[in-house]
Amino acid sequence: MTNACLTFRDLTLGYGSHPAIHHLDGTIRKGSLTAVVGANGSGKSTLMKGIVGVLKPMAGSVIRAPGVRAAYLPQQSELDRSFPARVVDLVSLGLWPKRGMLGRYTKEDRESVSQALMAVGLGGFEKRPIDTLSGGQLQRTLFARVLLQDADLILLDEPFNAVDAKTVGDLVQLIKRWHGEERTIMVVVHDLDLVRQNFPETLLLARQPVAWGETKETLQPENLLRARRFHEAWEENAPWCEPEGHDHGHVHGHDHAHDHHHGAGPRAA
Amino acid sequence: MDALYGFFIAPFADFGFMQRALIGSLMLSLGACPVGVFLMLRRMSLSGDAMAHAILPGAAAGFLFYGLEILPMTIGGLIAGIIVALGAGAVSRFTIQREDASMAAFYLISLAIGVLMVSIRGSSVDLMHVLFGTVLALNNEALALIGGIVAVTLVSLAIFWRALVAECLDPLFLRSVSRLGSPVHFIFLGLVVLNLVGGFQALGTLLSVGLMMLPAAAARFWTVRVEPMCVLAVLIGFASCIAGLLLSYHASLPSGPAIILSAGVVYFASILFGTRGVLRARIVHHRHRTA
Repeated sequence: MTNACLTFRDLTLGYGSHPAIHHLDGTIRKGSLTAVVGANGSGKSTLMKGIVGVLKPMAGSVIRAPGVRAAYLPQQSELDRSFPARVVDLVSLGLWPKRGMLGRYTKEDRESVSQALMAVGLGGFEKRPIDTLSGGQLQRTLFARVLLQDADLILLDEPFNAVDAKTVGDLVQLIKRWHGEERTIMVVVHDLDLVRQNFPETLLLARQPVAWGETKETLQPENLLRARRFHEAWEENAPWCEPEGHDHGHVHGHDHAHDHHHGAGPRAA
Repeated sequence: MDALYGFFIAPFADFGFMQRALIGSLMLSLGACPVGVFLMLRRMSLSGDAMAHAILPGAAAGFLFYGLEILPMTIGGLIAGIIVALGAGAVSRFTIQREDASMAAFYLISLAIGVLMVSIRGSSVDLMHVLFGTVLALNNEALALIGGIVAVTLVSLAIFWRALVAECLDPLFLRSVSRLGSPVHFIFLGLVVLNLVGGFQALGTLLSVGLMMLPAAAARFWTVRVEPMCVLAVLIGFASCIAGLLLSYHASLPSGPAIILSAGVVYFASILFGTRGVLRARIVHHRHRTA
């Protein structure tokens, strides 16, 4: 596919020897807006970390189209809120891709910081110390930073946690604006109604993709049921997943569900 | 007027060793205090202390082979400090163990080796000298060394400032936009070691970390931004050095502890009276604005 922004090739990501994303194959189209849904532990955040590169694949690879810059809003930020910084300092970090470590911030940069804050409804918050922000305000601040990063690929991991209904609406508008600007966006979401209303495409994960495609098709009740039956726990003595060598590709990935065969894995349904 | 001159100026005007002590300690503050601010903000205050102990075997090795000479002891200390910093940093970055535990393990091993080496050859007087230093005996060689260390520190801080702030504030973000996270961490540990080594001739391995941490800890009570915090820490460092040297001169006290205790006084005053200190928080809270 020529207009793929991301290509997953037999991607396995995990912790220790246990996979959290198991043999994922497929592509994310340029300019697509995809919701990533699934139960706890189904590998949503892991996939995000794998794409952005903070987690190295155990097998396979994520191929980013050349020149694609990613912006990543993690679910569990390692942000140190006690650090003596103001909102403007935190948001300005989003200028890194443009200015790097040494480039001076220009007047336009400072204006774009103000505009980004305005866009998330935090106009005039520049001078506030970050330890005085509420959870939702902090989340919007981080959105402003993503806005400033001006990335082609935007990865948002549960961005609507601890955010009130009005703000969710604002943030969804922002995401739609990005979508309109032909950016590629992946968002981990739990609220299925929100997904149905706003996201054209959905990836339903349960360690492997249960369904992937148009949201309406993906979120069919039978798919959701299969995803729900997914066996979350690791099994210490799960058999090793051996590569079969001759059989690489989409089919291979799905055939490898055999480590769930006595649990209620997605294929057991 | 004369009394003031006699108390504050004359010691420095009349004695070369006091001048050198003043220049040396002021330069040390200039480099060590901003490093201390970041050390504190990264919650590594005690790592600085551990690192100071870790320098001992290197300094002792230099002392063992060359006697009480500044250069070999400094280079030895530098090597030991860097080994411990890199070792502990690598263990914490690449294994599940946190930096506090790996640092403790490395510095304890290092300290034991150091004490062993000093005790093999040398009297306890020499050990005392390595542990507590003598700011009043700084020679020109030592001053040049401290000057070099300060220059390297300030230049590195200026270059890596934004990355260092990002690494403290939001390390995961920095990793997502740049590969500088780990290098910056190690460069920073290198600066810590460098400044501790610079300080140990003057203040001793045990107390050199004092000039790094106490002004930084005191400055935290006065401001909510990093830049002013660093400036304030340096100013507190300056004041502590001057006060400590005068105290040491007039009361015939050892200079290192006098300097650190002066910084300690500023620290306690800051806890009480700082704009973010105890009294402000207790007293001013009954007034508030409408929004």
